[in-house]
Amino acid sequence: MKSAGVRVARTSTVGSAVATIRHGLHGARSTSLNLIKVLRANPLTLIGFIVVLFISVTALLVVVVPPVSQALLGRAISIAPYDPNALLPCPVVGNSTVCAQPPSAEHFFGTDRSGRDVFSRVLVALPLHLAIGFSVAGFSLLFGGGLGLIGGFWDKPWTIGGVVSLTIMRITDVFLAFPSLVLALAIAATLGRGTIPCVLAILLTWWPYYVRLTRGEVLAVKHQPYVVASRSAGVSEGRILFRHVLRNILEPLVVYFTMDVGTVLVVFSTISFIGIGVPPEVPEWGNMVSAYGDYLLLFPWMVVFPGLAIFVTVLAFSLLGDGLRDILDPRSRRALTQAAIPATSVASSAVRSEA
Amino acid sequence: MGRNPSDLVIFVGKRLLQLIAVLFGVVTITFFFTHIAIPNPCNVWSGPRATDATIQLCIHNNDLDKPPLTQYFNYVVKLATGNWGASPRGVLVLPTIFAAFPQTLELVLTALLFMVVLGIPLGVVAANNSGRWLDHLVRTFYLSGWATPTYLGGVVLSIAIGPVLGLPRSGAFGTIPTPETFPRGEVFHMSVLDALVNLNFSAAIDAVLHLILPASALAFINLGIATRMTRMSMLEVLPMDYVKTAKIKGLSDFRVLYKHALRNSLISTTTVLGITAGGLLSTTVVIEEIFQWPGIGSYAYEAITKYNFNGTIGVVIFFAVGVVVANLVADILYGILDPRVDWR
Repeated sequence: MKSAGVRVARTSTVGSAVATIRHGLHGARSTSLNLIKVLRANPLTLIGFIVVLFISVTALLVVVVPPVSQALLGRAISIAPYDPNALLPCPVVGNSTVCAQPPSAEHFFGTDRSGRDVFSRVLVALPLHLAIGFSVAGFSLLFGGGLGLIGGFWDKPWTIGGVVSLTIMRITDVFLAFPSLVLALAIAATLGRGTIPCVLAILLTWWPYYVRLTRGEVLAVKHQPYVVASRSAGVSEGRILFRHVLRNILEPLVVYFTMDVGTVLVVFSTISFIGIGVPPEVPEWGNMVSAYGDYLLLFPWMVVFPGLAIFVTVLAFSLLGDGLRDILDPRSRRALTQAAIPATSVASSAVRSEA
Repeated sequence: MGRNPSDLVIFVGKRLLQLIAVLFGVVTITFFFTHIAIPNPCNVWSGPRATDATIQLCIHNNDLDKPPLTQYFNYVVKLATGNWGASPRGVLVLPTIFAAFPQTLELVLTALLFMVVLGIPLGVVAANNSGRWLDHLVRTFYLSGWATPTYLGGVVLSIAIGPVLGLPRSGAFGTIPTPETFPRGEVFHMSVLDALVNLNFSAAIDAVLHLILPASALAFINLGIATRMTRMSMLEVLPMDYVKTAKIKGLSDFRVLYKHALRNSLISTTTVLGITAGGLLSTTVVIEEIFQWPGIGSYAYEAITKYNFNGTIGVVIFFAVGVVVANLVADILYGILDPRVDWR
């Protein structure tokens, strides 16, 4: 019997589609040669890969360079040209001081209405965003994924494992029903302003998707002949779980995780945009868009650059995740590295070969 | 295989039972969250200048001096009987939510319409050109939508693009409902439908114009879901024999794509869209605030930012119900559309 296997999708996520792909029998056989082939066949993935790499290195430099230079040279050198919170002297034009300066050679992204350097603020916000994206998605992957493994693997009814997995799945179902953004907003509002409450709020609503995804993948894999074979060969249950089941479901999890880093960023900056996330003085992209959104036409640089920063970051992770699926899945890898054939022309070639 | 109408009753009944279980869990979790995170809301509710007596009265009125189990029981009974509390200013939560919900529903349904009209054909085009530049273009387009945070899309649409197209930004409609303009009253609490029912066509056009920007913002961010799902299921369907047969029969590409292949792949797209509808509710919090749309999202925003706990809890529970019902509808639709699903 095939049940109506509707999976609950992440609130407004493209990544939900990932969950619907069934991964069958295949191991991780990706070689670097294949990687290069696929990257060349799919320029968008390559772009995503390069941008993610660039962003990560930049974020690392922003964090690492000041303390290292302090230790080596005795004075802290920052990657950011200005202190992100320093109110720079505003030039006097005629009788009035004009703090909001358009982009120039001194201020790449201009300055905001208080005279702070927008480029420095956008740059300094990068490590914060990446750290939150990776840590929230990473924790959810470990916690939710772990629960999903248990829930999928030991689900025989009327056993201890069965009861445990049933409990896990029921609790997950309830959490999945909560609209994550609204719940995160509500929790952030009750916990008070700050980065930590904000992260806690997202975490509380984030893990259930991973339980669902992992369990679905485990269920698809656990009755495969190679699992049954290793069980009859006397392999221990733990070994089967980690060596045979987990290894084969890692691909969809990695794909989902990659795209999810971007999703976490969006939710985090949305909470700040609403005005209950990080305090206004902390450089944060959502904060910056929120502060000057109404001046979009008057001072576009104050909104466009932080907006672009988040857009490019999320897009890069999405492109990479989207392409990773093709790279990791041997079936689509084969299809990709061969010349791509549009499906309607398959029919016409079939006619030709039969004629 | 059980696919008689009587089996459908069992199918729907089973799902309804699950719905009740989930709702019960939702209520339980909100209770624990609110009572652990805010052990004594009376300090906030009574205001900064409250005397001890007022706070004690507030504690007593809200059962906060009773044992937790009694509190929980009273809480469930209150929710079940429709007493969802009031805001600190005394505005009842549930009637406010019910009055605002149709407006949000109108917004969400319009966004879904945009997603279907634009997203599905894009998915077909992408699948038919899989691996070629058109496919990459479509992919970039929908991933751009996905990478644009709701608030950014909203701000750009409302401040930069809206004025250029001459579309109104705020949800304040041109026609204020009065007995003269709307003789039959606000039947649906949906701006477009109400205007149509009252045969006030200028108001209807005004309402449609007001809908376009927020609905497009909502649709653009989620366009990828429809497009990607359609693309994926089309890619599965296109190599199948019956599609080849249709092609060999000499049917036009258009007929093969949209009549033969798309119909089959729409099953999963419909399901995903149904689930998305629940998620869209959540996104309206940001969209409605930016566009001043008088729906439940605006109310949620106000409740959250003004520490109206009853309102916040009310909206969270209401949205959870929305998500669960959307999933239920999607599940039932899937069961009806896909002839392989057993109803028993």
